[in-house]
Amino acid sequence: MNAQPTQSFVQPAKPPLERHTLSVVVDNEPGVLARVIGLFSGRGYNIDSLTVSETEHAAHVSRITIVTTGQATVIEQIKAQLSRMVPVHTVRDLTAEGGSLERELALVKVVGTGDQRNEALRLAQVFRADVIDANVDHFVFELTGKPAKVDQFIAIMGPLGLVEVCRTGIAAVSRGKRTD
Amino acid sequence: MEPRMMTGAEMVLQALVDQGVTDVFGYPGGAVLPIYDAIFQQEKIFHTLVRHEQGAGHAAEGYARSTGKVGVALVTSGPGATNMVTPLTDALLDSIPMVCITGQVATHLIGSDAFQECDTVGITRPCTKNNWLVKDVNDLSRILHEAFYVATHGRPGPVVVDIPKDIQFATGVYTPPDPRGHKTYQPQVKGDSAAIRAAIELIAGARRPIFYTGGGVINSGPEASKLLREFVRLTGHPITTTLMGLGSYPASDPQWLGMLGMHGTYEANNAMHDCDVMVAVGARFDDRITGRLNAFSPNSRKIQIDIDPSSINKNVRVDIPIIGDVKNVLADMLHVWKAEKPKTDKAALKQWWAQIDKWRSRNSLAYRNSRDVIMPQYAVERLYEATKGRETFITTEVGQHQMWAAQYFPFEEPNHWMTSGGLGTMGYGLPAAVGVQTAHPDALVIDIAGDASVLMTMQEMSTAVQHDLPIKIFILNNQHMGMVRQWQQLLHGNRLSHSYTEALPDFVKLAEAYGCVGFEVSKPGDLDGAIAEMIKVNRPVLFDCRVAALANCLPMIPSGKAHNEMLLPEATDAEIDSAIDDAGKVMV
Ligand SMILES: Cc1cc2nc3c(=O)[nH]c(=O)nc-3n(C[C@H](O)[C@H](O)[C@H](O)COP(=O)(O)OP(=O)(O)OC[C@H]3O[C@@H](n4cnc5c(N)ncnc54)[C@H](O)[C@@H]3O)c2cc1C
Ligand SMILES: Cc1ncc(C[n+]2csc(CCOP(=O)(O)OP(=O)(O)O)c2C)c(N)n1
Ligand SMILES: [Mg+2]
Repeated sequence: MNAQPTQSFVQPAKPPLERHTLSVVVDNEPGVLARVIGLFSGRGYNIDSLTVSETEHAAHVSRITIVTTGQATVIEQIKAQLSRMVPVHTVRDLTAEGGSLERELALVKVVGTGDQRNEALRLAQVFRADVIDANVDHFVFELTGKPAKVDQFIAIMGPLGLVEVCRTGIAAVSRGKRTD
Repeated sequence: MEPRMMTGAEMVLQALVDQGVTDVFGYPGGAVLPIYDAIFQQEKIFHTLVRHEQGAGHAAEGYARSTGKVGVALVTSGPGATNMVTPLTDALLDSIPMVCITGQVATHLIGSDAFQECDTVGITRPCTKNNWLVKDVNDLSRILHEAFYVATHGRPGPVVVDIPKDIQFATGVYTPPDPRGHKTYQPQVKGDSAAIRAAIELIAGARRPIFYTGGGVINSGPEASKLLREFVRLTGHPITTTLMGLGSYPASDPQWLGMLGMHGTYEANNAMHDCDVMVAVGARFDDRITGRLNAFSPNSRKIQIDIDPSSINKNVRVDIPIIGDVKNVLADMLHVWKAEKPKTDKAALKQWWAQIDKWRSRNSLAYRNSRDVIMPQYAVERLYEATKGRETFITTEVGQHQMWAAQYFPFEEPNHWMTSGGLGTMGYGLPAAVGVQTAHPDALVIDIAGDASVLMTMQEMSTAVQHDLPIKIFILNNQHMGMVRQWQQLLHGNRLSHSYTEALPDFVKLAEAYGCVGFEVSKPGDLDGAIAEMIKVNRPVLFDCRVAALANCLPMIPSGKAHNEMLLPEATDAEIDSAIDDAGKVMV
């Protein structure tokens, strides 16, 4: 008995991680967001970005946009777990559907004087960021765009006196006329 | 129907009546007094008073599992609600339909750390299928009906409706159940016909097939068990059943290979390992079943029938998923099979059965009996012999005795076996027996218990006495937490750290103190007579069956091993001591 050699539990080659944007329409009721977030923390799924807002007041529904990272099988589980929740109406995987539109807004505070300050303002103009507050030694920029653009802007501002960032998280819709 | 005005408390009772509820298990307190007052003034709903809210929850579970109906529990706010967390989690893991109504402090006090306030919906969110806090009396009846709908549709599960005390007093409009069901929650019950055809083709062409069936068959109702029997007999294929599925297929049928998994039979596990086509029916590839995942049934194509899409591809990748209710999918499969009369590979099947018979002949449930001490396996066998031919329901606690009950007490019908499988809750069996006996007053209801588990909820003996529920608590008393002791032997050099109770009570005196009847037996020769007497007594009985202290529960797939690496009954102590390697030790 027990003649077989023991193998390790860890599967040798781990499947690659994928990043997916999920658009989830839920009842706009207290506790629903907690239930969705509880699913992610309780089952150890990642949340990279999360945005929530009421989308149709009359229909009493909200849209939760979640960006998550995981192996393909985990993403599939996440969608199944979300879909079976009682207050969840629909779950769409915008990444799998392809060609979705994703935007994010960031407020970026940069502190500095002299050349550094001028360089920050010049680059902000290149990125089409608006100045929404300024004094002689700081700027607050408002930037909208794809998450990658926001990432890049923040990285560039790093050495130029970046002190604070606030990002909204991703808002996403599919292209074309299809709705949920 | 005319809308009717009534108080929130009256609405609760009216909704229960309209939902076909006849029994409720509960415990009163300040925040549910209006509902208890409404109970006092009516006769349609029968209330069983438990001794601890956990007991109300498990009683509701036992009631539900043995009837196919929803179990209902009613508890107060704060500690009443927190005491429900264990049974709610138990019901969630075992897919038991349960509606739990909790009282809450008045709406204007919520959030003020009021007396006996707790965030019940927050605490119970992860252990319910859904829950609601009612903030307006005019929403109450709609929410209650929705709660029953959600508990029973799709994959069944527990729900909580939290009702503040002011809402119970307030007057509002009562609405009857909406026959249209639910606006968004509409689980798929009918299987995809292309998938069903593909499955039939795969099953028909199988050379080494097996049906692996689980609790979902029981959840689907008695019709599902009937269809399963018909389909399995029509195909002539072998079938094995999980702990949760016992009774869905008759144990006496030669096509049944017994339970599979960690403590399953040699033939069931080897057949799972070597099969070429596996048909999972309402079974969720739990880790007690699969053993080491990367060695689980490596060469089979897998079909899975399940009502919950999240059960598909969760642990094990399947080739043909069929989402739907077991009874609908099996009916469709039978239909296709009968219409197409597919050709099967008779020669291959014959060879497969010959192989299975070889595994069977290992007799993996053999044990060495004794003339001096009662072997626990023997006790279960004798219990079964004595109950044959009667309507008998078995509940269990958790531990070795639970596994021995599963292995040595054969079930012919669904809904007669109540056990805590997913959560493994010690203390489940006694209150569950209270629930079962409430639903089946004339049946024989036995809790096959362990000496440690029974102490966790033994106060429910008092419930049994008060409500004339003649449950039998049959303790396989090995004076140890036997299952823990066994794992300490397997994993920790047999150092028995805190796995025995230094001061077990005198169970006979305990029984008498509660007003039950006590028995104590320690000689194999006395067993049959005592069991016969226990059955004859029409009162609750606590039966202290002194069994061998150090017996191990075998066969066993040691954790981290594959289905074909089982420890069989003839395993020596040395083999047991070294059965689990370092990688296996981290598994539970
Ligand atoms: C000490 C101990 C040891 C154990 N050892 C073993 C062991 O050796 N063998 C064993 O089998 N178990 C064992 N268990 C139990 C184990 O932990 C699991 O609870 C059990 O295996 C799960 O059974 P199941 O797969 O039938 O799933 P269940 O938990 O019963 O789940 C039912 C499945 O069916 C689906 N379903 C529900 N309703 C329907 C419907 N109407 N139509 C279609 N699908 C539906 C659900 O979505 C779910 O996927 C042990 C437990 C304990 C405490
Ligand atoms: C509430 C709870 N606590 C702890 C455990 C861990 N546990 C599993 S089996 C077991 C021992 C059970 O002992 P007993 O009831 O005497 O049954 P036996 O194994 O001896 O038959 C324990 C402590 C559990 N399953 N449930
Ligand atoms: Mg014990």
